[in-house]
Amino acid sequence: MRRTLERHWYAYAMVAPVVVVLAVLVLYPLVQGIWFTLTDINESTIANPVLDRPASYSFVGLRNYLNVLSGDPSFGSFWSTLLRTVIWTGSCVVLTYGVGLGLAMLLNRPMRLRALYRVLLILPWAVPVFISAFAWKFMFNSQFGVINQLLGALGLGQPVWLGQTDLALVAVVIVNVWVGVPFMMLALLGGLQSIPADLYEAAEVDGATPWQRFRDITLPGLRSVSSTVVLLGIIWTFNMFPVIYLVTGPAANPNTRILVTYAFERFFSGASRDYAVASTYGVLILSVLLVFAAFYRRALRRQEAFA
Amino acid sequence: MTIETLPVQPVVARVPLRGKRSRGRSIGLHAALTVASLIAVFPVFWVLVTSFKPDARAVAPTIRLFDESSLANYADVLSGQQGDFLAWVANSVEIALLTTVIAVFLSATTAYAVSRFRFPGSRKLLMSFLLVQMFPFAVLIVPLFNVLLALGLQGTSIGLVLVYCTTSVPFCTYMLKGYFDTIPGDIDESGRVDGLSPFGVFWRLVLPLARPGLAVTAFYAFLTAWGEVAFASAFLSASDESKTLAVGLQVFVQQNRVEWGHLAAASILVAIPAVAVFYLVQRFLVTGLAAGAVKG
Repeated sequence: MRRTLERHWYAYAMVAPVVVVLAVLVLYPLVQGIWFTLTDINESTIANPVLDRPASYSFVGLRNYLNVLSGDPSFGSFWSTLLRTVIWTGSCVVLTYGVGLGLAMLLNRPMRLRALYRVLLILPWAVPVFISAFAWKFMFNSQFGVINQLLGALGLGQPVWLGQTDLALVAVVIVNVWVGVPFMMLALLGGLQSIPADLYEAAEVDGATPWQRFRDITLPGLRSVSSTVVLLGIIWTFNMFPVIYLVTGPAANPNTRILVTYAFERFFSGASRDYAVASTYGVLILSVLLVFAAFYRRALRRQEAFA
Repeated sequence: MTIETLPVQPVVARVPLRGKRSRGRSIGLHAALTVASLIAVFPVFWVLVTSFKPDARAVAPTIRLFDESSLANYADVLSGQQGDFLAWVANSVEIALLTTVIAVFLSATTAYAVSRFRFPGSRKLLMSFLLVQMFPFAVLIVPLFNVLLALGLQGTSIGLVLVYCTTSVPFCTYMLKGYFDTIPGDIDESGRVDGLSPFGVFWRLVLPLARPGLAVTAFYAFLTAWGEVAFASAFLSASDESKTLAVGLQVFVQQNRVEWGHLAAASILVAIPAVAVFYLVQRFLVTGLAAGAVKG
């Protein structure tokens, strides 16, 4: 132990600030958050030094978990919300990845105006998300929004996009895909550029069809990039808050409710500010993600073993 | 609409000479990219057009590019007639800059240590950074609120900066580690031979070389703090002058009455600098991304 310290003291000294910060601002709160899920903490029982009021919440065991996991609508219909979150995440990630890959492949070739296309296509990334959310909320306006006016001009129906129907979910998916494609596209473009061109030439000489070349060269060549961006995309989308909150808000729409937005509702806008249930949702979200990440890593490793 | 315009045929990325591509395919390629670019640009363009219209004309029953357009919305927003816009800008800049400075400084030292020294625990540390990436704000929102209450920082910008560091620091560390890995270790060694301390090597040799990486990381930290909505909505006090832009702009979108023209003008004012900076750094972004997030 002493020798380890002597040999590595400078490394530890350089790491120390971050470890301290993470311990104080992530680890300690995490432990505390898990503790809160076992209590009945809310706005009136949390300690408030400003009002000179001590904490008065008490231990309630697993009551919050039982309430939430029962799927009771007054606790956010956990199971159907989870299902909606999975649908939301799945469709967003599949579409962003698909569109991002398609555009990356179109851009990955010498042609006129390439730099211009690239700059235009990453524009959505440059716009702050809250601005994009407002812009789309405006365009989705059922009577005066430009989307419905265009649909009307084409003689198509003019649906109420952001009403209390599942169409609202479609709308937020569209927004999120628009927001997310540039990142995917750039990351995948980087990946495509690292695939050696002679692989394609050799395959072409051997008479491989475009589809075969895509399947046997492009996709395997992108594997490491893809696995990272897909995992990141899933985590980010699962936890995506501003798009849903700002596009369908300020009043929460149950048809676009995902786990994270519901936790926020419980924390922020409920009548009683039920911090205990908000924490419970937080811990459940984290558990789902951890289980998922574990499976994801194992699946990747198996895939690599086969390759 | 995004779905339908997907380039359906995944054209294989090879590197042909332009002449080898048939005319039809060339037209298809440009058509697909043009449509995609239009979809990417249109919402921004539409907000720009709307920002010149009076609130009442922004939601007219027929589409018009210009309708009693003027700079009135901008004047209102900037003069503070509609919300305390300049105060929001000041708050957002202050919070985002502080977060950036703290996050980049902290993460640079750690990233360097993890990149250069094999010490017990280094792998675990890196793993924990990845794990923290996964934390939804929902897990931490209540306890952080509690911590800030206890410290008397609830409702202040310093409190928010601390909160943003929890997300920025792990991510920045991860990105910078990837960047430091690309700087050859020989440089460190020759610095050591010339008598520099380990910290001296880091400060005098490696940091200057890592400037592009630092720039990208700083940009990232800035943007996360700049555009954050959830914590800012929940943790800042209700008074108008303490809000950030992400929270403040919501006042234009009230339940019954939406001031679209003013909102659009404010949005453009926020987006222009962001887009400009983005345009300047986008070149580095690709390499920074490839080195940091992707290769890990």
